[in-house]
Amino acid sequence: MKVLVPIKQVIDANVRPRVKADGTGVDLANVKLSINPFCEIAVEEAIRLKEKGKASEIVVVSIGPAKAQEIIRSAYALGADRGLFVETEERVEPLAVAKVLQAIIAAEQPGLVILGKQAIDDDSNQTGQMLAGLLGWPQATFASKLEVDGDRATVTREVDGGLETLALTLPAIVTTDLRLNNPRYPTLPNIMKAKKKAIDVKKPEDFGIDITPRLKVLKVSEPPARKPGIKVASAEELVKDLKAAGVL
Amino acid sequence: MTTLLLADHDNATLGSATARALSAARELGADVHVLIAGSNAKPAAEAAAKLEGVAKVLLADDPSLDHQRAEPAAALVVALAKDYDAIVAPATSSGKNILPRAAALLDVMQISDIIKVVAPNTFERPIYAGNAIETVESTDTKKVITVRGAAFPAAKEGTAAAPIETVAVTPAESGSAFVSESLSKSDRPELTAARIVVSGGRALGSSEKFNEVLLPLADKLHAAVGASRAAVDAGYAPNDFQVGQTGKIVAPELYIAIGLSGAIQHLAGMKDSKVIVAINKDEDAPIVQIADYSLIGDLFTIIPELDKALG
Ligand SMILES: Cc1cc2nc3c(=O)[nH]c(=O)nc-3n(C[C@H](O)[C@H](O)[C@H](O)COP(=O)(O)OP(=O)(O)OC[C@H]3O[C@@H](n4cnc5c(N)ncnc54)[C@H](O)[C@@H]3O)c2cc1C
Repeated sequence: MKVLVPIKQVIDANVRPRVKADGTGVDLANVKLSINPFCEIAVEEAIRLKEKGKASEIVVVSIGPAKAQEIIRSAYALGADRGLFVETEERVEPLAVAKVLQAIIAAEQPGLVILGKQAIDDDSNQTGQMLAGLLGWPQATFASKLEVDGDRATVTREVDGGLETLALTLPAIVTTDLRLNNPRYPTLPNIMKAKKKAIDVKKPEDFGIDITPRLKVLKVSEPPARKPGIKVASAEELVKDLKAAGVL
Repeated sequence: MTTLLLADHDNATLGSATARALSAARELGADVHVLIAGSNAKPAAEAAAKLEGVAKVLLADDPSLDHQRAEPAAALVVALAKDYDAIVAPATSSGKNILPRAAALLDVMQISDIIKVVAPNTFERPIYAGNAIETVESTDTKKVITVRGAAFPAAKEGTAAAPIETVAVTPAESGSAFVSESLSKSDRPELTAARIVVSGGRALGSSEKFNEVLLPLADKLHAAVGASRAAVDAGYAPNDFQVGQTGKIVAPELYIAIGLSGAIQHLAGMKDSKVIVAINKDEDAPIVQIADYSLIGDLFTIIPELDKALG
């Protein structure tokens, strides 16, 4: 079974994002960019399926600006077999990404698609569900456990009340949550090998898909700042202050 | 025209997230119909009918809609969509699971996790773990929106009950089946609805300590219990306790952060709390930087003292 893993490049999770002074967005110049942590978990899960003999090939796909090709190499270094990069300098929204992926999936015919549950830049949490809808495939979002057996996947999901387990008939869409796995670190020889591997580069037009955004970003601003706080010396003082503030 | 609000419920009861999303839905300016998609879900429909500002409740009651699986629920939303200008759901795990699937089938770009309705087509939403707020205008004719509950007040019960109308469901092959669930049971308030939240981090060190130190304090304060990702990953607390960018978003009157550092991903889930207390041995921890009151020291000595001071 072929496993397809769509991945996105985002600001590194350890970097504090800064809003641009002109209010047009977040400053990404000279900021460390990485594979979205949830996408990395998706790649890791695909590799584990391959190691268990459940997957035969791992194809990673990314859509984004030329620079984002780097993350295909990161995925190669972890163990992905083949990479497809759809290059565009436009802002691509989840709906457009889902449409491009739908076209790629029609050609690639994977048995399973694993995506991150959300990208830590736009925090939309949509692409996997949208893709599942467009394909008419079953979905299991926010996965913390995945087992594949023949044409069935059993997925445990993190839900608001606890955990839920679903059985899906493949092909299907799974989106990853934090506790699905701990991604491995790439080895130096694998990083070197990844540099030489080919990447198949395409454009959104190659799929005949209109990626024009549906949302106009009118402005990006800083969240309201909190007023400075105080240090209290003891538990009694804290209780007194909280009572005075009317919250106890 | 009208707004359709997809409710989050467990057939028997309606969560407060729906009442909060209702407040956002009403700000769109049109009548609001609440859709209860479930199985034996009449009690949830009756609870929705009582909420102030609901013009009508649609009850889709069918075994296929039990557990709110995404495939049948999204298909139902799509089937009903033609009569609505806007489709809204709370950004709960269920709303986040179902609504984008419906949005794609309607060829609409969803606006996720709104915190403010600026105009019926313009919304504010947090991005980058709440480190930036984006104002977006939707150019789609239909709007599909999920609502961050912490940003809106819960609608109250009104004086008259709205009518409940039954909608027909045509079950279809979905490719997914419910197997089992294991839900946390607790007499404490629900995390996203609690007035006070007591949250613990990695410093608690074990699930025994987490329970031994935090639960009596939470019970004394009638508080819900939260946790950082590190505490959940280490198994000190269940996953549904996680507060943060990728966990639950809370904005209680009082948030007490105990032995957690306040990474940006954690702050994303609680920094709109009215009053924040940090109990941490490191005065340079990020949580101390944003807290209203900080008590610096070892939590294992401070919490017993706090218990005593509370009487
Ligand atoms: C993609 C992604 C998503 C994430 N999502 C979330 C999320 O939703 N929620 C979340 O919380 N995190 C999230 N994280 C993780 C986050 O980055 C931090 O790693 C995590 O929040 C740290 O947990 P902590 O504060 O408990 O642990 P630490 O950062 O280790 O902090 C422990 C704190 O305890 C203090 N301490 C230690 N001993 C004592 C003592 N005896 N008494 C008092 N204080 C003590 C220390 O000074 C320190 O400040 C995410 C990370 C990534 C990459």
